[in-house]
Amino acid sequence: MWTHSGMTILASFLASMVECVEALTVILAVGSVRGWSGVLTGAASAVGVLLAIIAILGRTLTLIPLQLLQGVVGTLLLLFGLRWLRKAILRAAALIPLHDEAAAYAKNTAAMQKLGAVQGWDAIAFGAAFQITMLEGTEVIFIVIAIGAGGAGLLLPASLGALAALVVVTCLGIALHRPLARVPENLLKMVVGVLLSAFGTFWVGEAIGLPWPGHDFAIGALIAGYLVASQVAIVVCRNLREQREVRG
Amino acid sequence: MQWIRTILREVYGLFVDDAAFAIAILVWLTIVWLLVKSLHTVASGWIGCLVFFGGLAAILIESTARYSRPRSR
Repeated sequence: MWTHSGMTILASFLASMVECVEALTVILAVGSVRGWSGVLTGAASAVGVLLAIIAILGRTLTLIPLQLLQGVVGTLLLLFGLRWLRKAILRAAALIPLHDEAAAYAKNTAAMQKLGAVQGWDAIAFGAAFQITMLEGTEVIFIVIAIGAGGAGLLLPASLGALAALVVVTCLGIALHRPLARVPENLLKMVVGVLLSAFGTFWVGEAIGLPWPGHDFAIGALIAGYLVASQVAIVVCRNLREQREVRG
Repeated sequence: MQWIRTILREVYGLFVDDAAFAIAILVWLTIVWLLVKSLHTVASGWIGCLVFFGGLAAILIESTARYSRPRSR
């Protein structure tokens, strides 16, 4: 159980961290150009709305039978985790560009400067911060529910992981006052993709009646399996890319 | 209303990046579920677990390889 909770906190923390970094980049860009009151009010309002959604969804989830929940949530988790893993593999093989937070910050700063000077209540800053916090926050809620709904008592560790990510990223944002460009986002996405795919595979397997050898310890074997599969995929993709480049 | 649409699009994008990849995963889950239901004693052992994982890993490798091939995008 402790292994399961620890893995749940780690998976939720890492996945939420990626989303929080993306939100922080836009919030810092808007705040640095248009001032902080509108931005912070917008972000805080969105966090309030998101907390209300969590409270409602959290109660609803306890009413659904565990096996059905594991099947539905496990399928969503598999789609989500394998999608991240696929993207991380393609980035590692240099087939798609890496996500650049510094470039995103520069782009958002330039866009905000074009909108002109601030007069009184800054609706633009409020709206921009509210929208990005809602967008990335909705993704965090899905991550928490998907990771936390797979087993009894896992919603709390998943929520704690997401909360820890929010605190860490906020503290770093306040301390640095610039986007967290040095976060190895692709490595994070690879690790999160592997973890989520392993959880999803395990829960869908349980829901359809597959008896995992070693029960919860099978998740460790699945993590190792997905790590091997992703390394194989990277090698295959690099070889195919090189062949393509040689052919011109 | 525009931001709600943006959020819905973003949520859909959380799960589906490449439609063929997502469909392949869902089809594989359905196949394994049907196999476990109909061939209970054969498919529900540890070999079933291995086949289930192997299929998902193969879908992942095939999808990334397909993206890497020339004129496949």
